[in-house]
Amino acid sequence: MYSQSFQGTGRLIKLIFRQDGLKIFVWLLALISVSLAAAAAYPTVYTDEQSIQAFALTMNNPAMIAMLGPGYAMENYTTTAVIFGHEMLLFTAIAVAIMNILFVGRSTRADEEDGRIEIIRSLPVGRLSYLSAATIAAVMTNVLLAVLLGGGLYALGIERMDLASSLLYGANLGALGLVFAAFTALFAQLAETSRGATMFSFVALMVAYLVRAVGDVSSETLSFFSPLGWAVRTEVFVGDHWWPVLLSLAIAVVIMVVSFYLNAIRDLGSAFISARKGKEHASPFLQTPFGLNLSLQFTNIAAWAVGIFVISAAFGAVLGDLETYFADMEFIQAYLANDPGETMTEQFIMLLMAIMSMISAIPAVMTVLRLKGEEDKNRTEHFYGRAVSRTKVMGSYLLLAILVSFIMQSLVALGLWSVGTMDDALTFNTAFSSALVYLPAIWIMIGLAVLFVGAAPKATGVVWFYVVFCFIIVYLGGLFDFPAWVNNISSFEHVPLIPAEDIDYMPLTMMTIVSIVFAIIGFIGYNQRDIQG
Amino acid sequence: MSIVEIKGLTKKFGNFTALDNVDLTMNEGEVFGFIGPNGAGKTTTIRVMLGLLKATRGEVRIFGRDAWKDAVELHKRIAFVPGEANLWPNLSGGEVIDLFLKMRGNGSQGRREELIKRFDLDPTKKCGTYSKGNRQKIALIAAFSSDADLYILDEPTSGLDPLMERVFQEYVMEVKAEGKSVFLSSHILSEVEKLCDTIAIIREGKIIETGTLNEMRHLTRTKLTIQTKEPVTLDETKGVHNIEEHDAELSFQVDTEELDEVIRYISQFGIVKLESTSPTLEDLFLRHYEAKETSNGVGGQA
Ligand SMILES: Nc1ncnc2c1ncn2[C@@H]1O[C@H](COP(=O)(O)OP(=O)(O)OP(=O)(O)O)[C@@H](O)[C@H]1O
Ligand SMILES: [Mg+2]
Repeated sequence: MYSQSFQGTGRLIKLIFRQDGLKIFVWLLALISVSLAAAAAYPTVYTDEQSIQAFALTMNNPAMIAMLGPGYAMENYTTTAVIFGHEMLLFTAIAVAIMNILFVGRSTRADEEDGRIEIIRSLPVGRLSYLSAATIAAVMTNVLLAVLLGGGLYALGIERMDLASSLLYGANLGALGLVFAAFTALFAQLAETSRGATMFSFVALMVAYLVRAVGDVSSETLSFFSPLGWAVRTEVFVGDHWWPVLLSLAIAVVIMVVSFYLNAIRDLGSAFISARKGKEHASPFLQTPFGLNLSLQFTNIAAWAVGIFVISAAFGAVLGDLETYFADMEFIQAYLANDPGETMTEQFIMLLMAIMSMISAIPAVMTVLRLKGEEDKNRTEHFYGRAVSRTKVMGSYLLLAILVSFIMQSLVALGLWSVGTMDDALTFNTAFSSALVYLPAIWIMIGLAVLFVGAAPKATGVVWFYVVFCFIIVYLGGLFDFPAWVNNISSFEHVPLIPAEDIDYMPLTMMTIVSIVFAIIGFIGYNQRDIQG
Repeated sequence: MSIVEIKGLTKKFGNFTALDNVDLTMNEGEVFGFIGPNGAGKTTTIRVMLGLLKATRGEVRIFGRDAWKDAVELHKRIAFVPGEANLWPNLSGGEVIDLFLKMRGNGSQGRREELIKRFDLDPTKKCGTYSKGNRQKIALIAAFSSDADLYILDEPTSGLDPLMERVFQEYVMEVKAEGKSVFLSSHILSEVEKLCDTIAIIREGKIIETGTLNEMRHLTRTKLTIQTKEPVTLDETKGVHNIEEHDAELSFQVDTEELDEVIRYISQFGIVKLESTSPTLEDLFLRHYEAKETSNGVGGQA
């Protein structure tokens, strides 16, 4: 019976790649090309040992450690390979985790929810074949990533990027990807819907990041409870420890085994965390498009709100110590002229605000794209078959998205301010104004989402490309030295850097107008195009 | 020889009992109709038969083998069509059919081509863009072009137009003529009446009736329209239902087991005209679907 449980796996692997191969290819291409471009660009920015040491100094403080992990001992910063290993690893790891969550979620619970697995299982195909095909496809994807990325880094011929170290860098990411692939496979057994499975997996990713951030700053033991915590401890390009990779693989295997076991003992279509019973009647609020929309998206929004608040609060806590930390560091003061502590803190706040605002943009954009998701599932036709105008339905999504952007940015400010209780590093006003000033930049993304859903629904993926592009400009813009017009495409480039700069209302007004124009185009398109379902 | 044997099958989802002590036997070469109201447990029964759900209690044997343990082996001889075929949006219809045929490991290309022509399907479209009926055709083509001994069909014609439904019925007849067996769950009673040798009715997880259509007619009501010389009152007569009066005529339904008594009774009033219609499956069905009615009701209103 057991050998039969896996019958037909080979063909199913092909099927999964046939279905999702193109997307996987785009993901791998993006991950690898950004990584290689960054690795190649570091030597052009950090030309001598001095500048590399200076980089090390700006990174070795609790705030940056909380954001990016512990890095290396000061004396190890000798080549740009080390900078690359420090600055790129964690965020790339998060991107790899997201890729794995999305793909495994799709080829497990989503296929089951839609009844595709039912048809497959009626064929002479084993009970565990679909899950094993999804698993093997994930393994192949991550191995490909590890090998191509590792090989690519080695091929760049940068000092200290020898073959073994480069492969370690790739393998670290691939193994971490597998941990999250495994988590998703597990949650696909536990949750009844694919939305639930991916949401649990994202929560796991967020918790992993937080545990690592707190652990890296306060207690190393804590970091070992997070896959990200051990992944940032390979000391790649310096010490080259392979144990984190092995640990990731071991954990992935254990979680996978549990998932296979749960898959084997449960009924098709069932879950271990099952749906609650619903209410018999809709409340009056639910009967409006906005009310329905809010209640459908509430769990998702609430989860993001909690996550964003907790991460901001964690950084807020670090921020409190930062001031004192810099005051004690005489050698930093020697390095950087007049009042370095404050500029460092300010710089950190500005980077943090940009990154947190980027994260806030995600649930806001998702809120709008949900309209497309509903259409794909043939659920919007229920509205349009009744007397509800398209403008009203799309308007309710837009309104909710704007509300979400306000809520998330306020939570960022509140999180940073409420916990960072020191005297004047971050006043209430600064916290709020530096967070809310990002709203128009987020609205551009919302407007773009409305535009695509309305006018070019097949290309909604472009919105995510734009979000990622903006993130790359924020995080690596200085490194890549793009021409100004490329940087200017990113809405985040036009946000005044509070607290260092004063508020300049000009760009904010312009961005608001542009987002309104995007939205209007979206609304016009939506009222004229075919609704697919 | 019986090829499907279900004994004492109970399936619970948490506290909810979806199937309650179901017994079914299906013989080789038979077309077996499985009918019942929405949520009665038809799909659940089929999923247990396919080894997708594990029985809480009871035994399900197909070709003499356990439906759960030997699922993979059994599925080499079973073709299944679900009521709603959700497929892979990026794959074309032709690709999906080929995939299913390859995974099954038997079936013929010639038959595939013939079915595609007969069902009038464009196999080059992506599944994401097919209409519901066309997606259903893909599942049907994949099933009928494979070489199976048992066809399990769960509302296979939902979404098909009448022309395509006829093509479907022809294929069912064809596989039957080849000596194969078909387990057909459906809400289209005319289809079941036309195709099926044996019928089982399920309601709220319990089988409430099995047998051939003829046997079942026995258990139901006959519809009578009469005209008598003297006025007759049937309100108090046992086994009479749904009395309707138009002009001088009286029409009503009689429980078949009471037919003899009722005819004897009305003949006292001098029969001028008597018409009887044997109940259609629909009559039979509606009677079983109506939850609260007692089978031996006295009199009754329209
Ligand atoms: N996974 C599940 N969890 C809980 N209850 C379920 C589950 N699957 C089915 N049920 C319940 O079991 C009962 C039988 O469902 P089933 O799908 O077998 O009905 P059906 O006879 O096929 O109905 P229809 O004619 O509408 O297709 C229903 O009440 C349904 O709500
Ligand atoms: Mg059903």
